[in-house]
Amino acid sequence: MANNILAIKNLNIHYGAIHAIKGINLTIKKGEVVTILGSNGAGKTSTLKSISGLVPVSKGEIIFNGDPIHKWKAHKIVKAGLAQSPEGRLIFPDLTVRENLEMGAYLRSDKVGIKEDMEYVSGLFPILSERGKQLAGTLSGGEQQMLAISRAYMSSPTLLLLDEPSLGIAPILVQTIFKAIKEINSRGTTILLVEQNAFAALKVADRGYVMQTGEIVMSGPASELIENDEIKKAYLGH
Amino acid sequence: MSEDQLYFFYDLFQYLLNGICQGSIYALIALGYTMVYGIIKLINFAHGEFYMIGAFTGYYCIKSGMPLLYAFPIAMLFSGIMAVIVEKLAYKPIRHAGRIPALITALGVSFFFQYFGQMVLGAAPKPFPETYEDYNLLEKFGITEIIFTKTQAIIIVSTVVLMLFLRWLVMSTKVGKAMRATSFNKDASELMGINTDRIISFTFFIGASMAGAAGVLVGIYYNTIDPMMGLIPGLKAFIAAVLGGIGIIPGAVLGGLVLGVVENLVVGFWESTYRDVVSFGILILILLVKPTGLLGTKSKEKV
Repeated sequence: MANNILAIKNLNIHYGAIHAIKGINLTIKKGEVVTILGSNGAGKTSTLKSISGLVPVSKGEIIFNGDPIHKWKAHKIVKAGLAQSPEGRLIFPDLTVRENLEMGAYLRSDKVGIKEDMEYVSGLFPILSERGKQLAGTLSGGEQQMLAISRAYMSSPTLLLLDEPSLGIAPILVQTIFKAIKEINSRGTTILLVEQNAFAALKVADRGYVMQTGEIVMSGPASELIENDEIKKAYLGH
Repeated sequence: MSEDQLYFFYDLFQYLLNGICQGSIYALIALGYTMVYGIIKLINFAHGEFYMIGAFTGYYCIKSGMPLLYAFPIAMLFSGIMAVIVEKLAYKPIRHAGRIPALITALGVSFFFQYFGQMVLGAAPKPFPETYEDYNLLEKFGITEIIFTKTQAIIIVSTVVLMLFLRWLVMSTKVGKAMRATSFNKDASELMGINTDRIISFTFFIGASMAGAAGVLVGIYYNTIDPMMGLIPGLKAFIAAVLGGIGIIPGAVLGGLVLGVVENLVVGFWESTYRDVVSFGILILILLVKPTGLLGTKSKEKV
């Protein structure tokens, strides 16, 4: 399995007495877009947080590019090339848009590369360069989401985790954001996308996993999941 | 203008001047309070002790024959290092236990330094060695009614320089931006690759070195230091930080200056013994009326 950029083996997470993640297995191949679907409380965010080192793993392994990273500190994982745009965006409201992007590039010292990537994300989301000097807290929810994704991209990751980029965002902006995700992926960045908006996620993803109360209950190619009756009923509804 | 009126204005000016000096010292100490609070939401009641440590470091440096210009940065450095050690040994292990245990630990650290200081340094106040002849700068201009000494000038100038440095550090440098990021959200900062533990230590270092500088300045201003000297100025600086809005750096400066001036006006025009009453009264008042402080705003979050 040399082409797996990420492999999660029997991952367990406990919050005190609560067994939140119950032994999940998951792999991502280099260059893929993989999505984790599931409703609130299914454990999607906990999984992402444990990959990024923000939540301790109680049992199991997370292998990134051949390294077991599940005991690493979060900032070391970023350095290894694994970035995350967190749930709720968590942009820095008192820093300008540009300073937020600079924070994304905190560990880098290649000025030329940073400048190129700044220009690249400004191309993806022109609003970010227009509002570069504005405090990030003044942006709308959708713009903040664009900033959060761009900021994570600024660390030049090989694997980018995105936690619910469509949450609470106008449908028109959701399209823009998913187009950008596809574009970032086409440049060679592998993406793990956590979503409740199953339809939008499955449209950009190669493969998907479905989580329910801390377990993976279904997985397969996105094209199959999108046709699956259970998924249609549970997530695609209406 | 009658002579009475003239003397009233001389007095007023004098007390304002003294107030600004005193306020500068409060502001320097308050900066550390507010920065540490900003980054880990801890009210570091041991902060006054780093001011005491700075004063004693300065004292021993000067006694050993070192010029003030060298003693000053060494005192800052030593206070800063002590604060980092305290942070690593006492605060970091209980950081996840919540705010109350941290607060109680801070009180413990404060007592530790006060009484350990009395044990090793002696409880009796020590006269701070004079390094230069102090005189009234205004005498040159033929003014004798108002006193503005060389020491007061040194205090104001060093405070302004340190504050400009701090402003530059926090606003314009990478580590400053990382400090602001960490103070907003630790997890989000870790996701940027920021080693937040190191940023927190650095914040303690900078805050305590500012207090250390204040300690040396007080040594040359009041000429006497003792191991308990950190207690009251520490509390006053806490009031200053709350008055300006705790967690807000310019607020600490504003709060310090306002408190210093108010205290000196009370001393000058009312009763000197009412000074502390008025200070703590201000604390109660601000907590009742505007708990976010003079410069504080309610934080809103976009959903």
